[in-house]
Amino acid sequence: MATDSSYPAFEPAIVRCEPGRCRCEGDWTLDGIEKLDLRPQSVGWPKDHIELDGSGIGAIDTTGALRLLTLIAELERASHPVRLVGLREEHQALLDLVQERRASAGALAAAPRPQGHLERLGRTVLHHLNNGLVFLSFIGEAAVALARLALHPARFRWRALFGNIETAGVHALPIIALLAFMMGVVIAYQGGRQLEFYGANIFIVELVALTMLRELAPLITAIVVAGRTGSSYTAQIGTMQVTEEVDALRTIGIPPMDLLVIPKLLALTVALPLLTVFADALSVFGGMVMAQALLDVGFDDFLDRLPKVVTLTSFLLGVGKAPVFAAIIALVGCYQGFRVRGSADSVGRQTTVSVVQSIFLVIAADALFSVVLGGIGL
Amino acid sequence: MNEAAGPATAVVAVRGLWTRFGSTAIHENLDLDIDRGEVVALVGGSGSGKTTLLRAIIMLLQPAAGSIKLFGQEIVGIGDAAAFRLRRRFGMLFQQGALFSSLTVRENVAVPLREHTRLPARQIAEIADLKIALAGLPADTGGKLPRELSGGMLKRAALARALALDPALLFLDEPTAGLDPVSAGAFDELVVQLKESLGLTVVMVTHDLDTLWQATDRVAFLGEKRVIGYAPMQELTRSEHPLIRAYFEGPRGRAAREQTACRAA
Repeated sequence: MATDSSYPAFEPAIVRCEPGRCRCEGDWTLDGIEKLDLRPQSVGWPKDHIELDGSGIGAIDTTGALRLLTLIAELERASHPVRLVGLREEHQALLDLVQERRASAGALAAAPRPQGHLERLGRTVLHHLNNGLVFLSFIGEAAVALARLALHPARFRWRALFGNIETAGVHALPIIALLAFMMGVVIAYQGGRQLEFYGANIFIVELVALTMLRELAPLITAIVVAGRTGSSYTAQIGTMQVTEEVDALRTIGIPPMDLLVIPKLLALTVALPLLTVFADALSVFGGMVMAQALLDVGFDDFLDRLPKVVTLTSFLLGVGKAPVFAAIIALVGCYQGFRVRGSADSVGRQTTVSVVQSIFLVIAADALFSVVLGGIGL
Repeated sequence: MNEAAGPATAVVAVRGLWTRFGSTAIHENLDLDIDRGEVVALVGGSGSGKTTLLRAIIMLLQPAAGSIKLFGQEIVGIGDAAAFRLRRRFGMLFQQGALFSSLTVRENVAVPLREHTRLPARQIAEIADLKIALAGLPADTGGKLPRELSGGMLKRAALARALALDPALLFLDEPTAGLDPVSAGAFDELVVQLKESLGLTVVMVTHDLDTLWQATDRVAFLGEKRVIGYAPMQELTRSEHPLIRAYFEGPRGRAAREQTACRAA
């Protein structure tokens, strides 16, 4: 630390006023400026004409020069003509440089007119409508690409398909198993207390099997996959967009749709129904464990009653929703990936949007299924 | 800054530096002194450890052994508080600019000011606008996002951020890489102009032979894990060392020298 003394500590910048003349003293550097107090009451500016003496300035940097220039401008606006004198040559040179650079940069454009509430509302609505249209055209493009690949199956990228099935399906098995099992346990536990109250213990089978198979297992699976896989689709395509890999694909002659979207779409349409069946089984198992522990309904009784109360239709309706959810998740995930523009920041933003939108659309689609299927009496 | 006399005119002093990645030594017993007010370039073939040396000097990389002094203060094993104070006194221009992509250029330049000073927001914005102007950018650049800028403007915006705290010492990592010749030339001029008017000490890593001839006072040639030549360009190109000869005697090296000779004539 001894050698540090060769770089002396700064002296805070000050302005000291005597009658008719003000002296700038100390270091007009970033450190010095921070403590500078120029309020009229603490400086005591003379009434009209001010002679500003710069000979006492120890050191000056661009920040100090800027402060000195703005000080002079402020004083002159307050109708105090200022004359700057006694500045050392090198300090004057720096002041000139700052002045010249500020002038050559030009003036800032006027700030845009503030928007009213009505205008903002209108713009937001238009923006969202437009987004919807762009998403629709993306779905259209995906459909065209799918049709093209159906006509030329040799161009289909099987390796990408199987790779995607593995990461989206096989690797999701542990988390789906855990969540489905716990959902079964929770439903059986909460419902079982009520059934026990009425002595209707055996109805636990209907409660668990119908709730899980028809509604909860497909929904939980889709939500987990949207968070796990949908987000990774957006992040992957988004990052490729940032690093211009998507453009590179185009110039090589590989349509990004064929390589990046269609295999993901198909992979998820295959993987999600399978995951749903898996979740069905694990959640019913969770219910069975709870039924035996809490309600004295043994595994034998449970499995005996299961096929009598759960029709094939209920099971298929549950699994049948999965491909639709899969398409929603894959398309939203890929679409948001392609919407990434420019930077790392944008990847994060679009990934968030992707997960929120796909979960929202999945639940909305589920509600639509309930209404329509209820309407036709299933 | 005050021209304080004293023994510590070396702004950067590296003594017996060893750095390694795993078991590979990058530098072995490397010495380097950079004096106040100098523009020094670090050159050498790919993998000679130029950027590693720069990262060690700016405290991004802990050396295995040796001593590095910045402004006379030892930085190997430095405490957090002292490192924070020291970081205020130098600026770094990263190769890709490394501007924060979610912030506008003005906000980017304001980040070091907000972190290191207690100035009011309006004054920080004014200072940021001045730095943007000093870097030679038009005033409306301040409100733009980094992704809206061209490569040359990005480098200038990054330079504005590096200059935010009025550092006495400026590090540049390949400042002209990826720029067109006109922008690269203008950038060299800008560096020299800033050095002369602000009294900066500049340390840069570069492969640009034109920059080496136009902008530097001394060039340190890295090879064989240490500095094998440290002299002004004129002198360095006359070196007999095979690595240095190979570097400067290629067609590009000769062209840059002839061009400089023509300009001088």
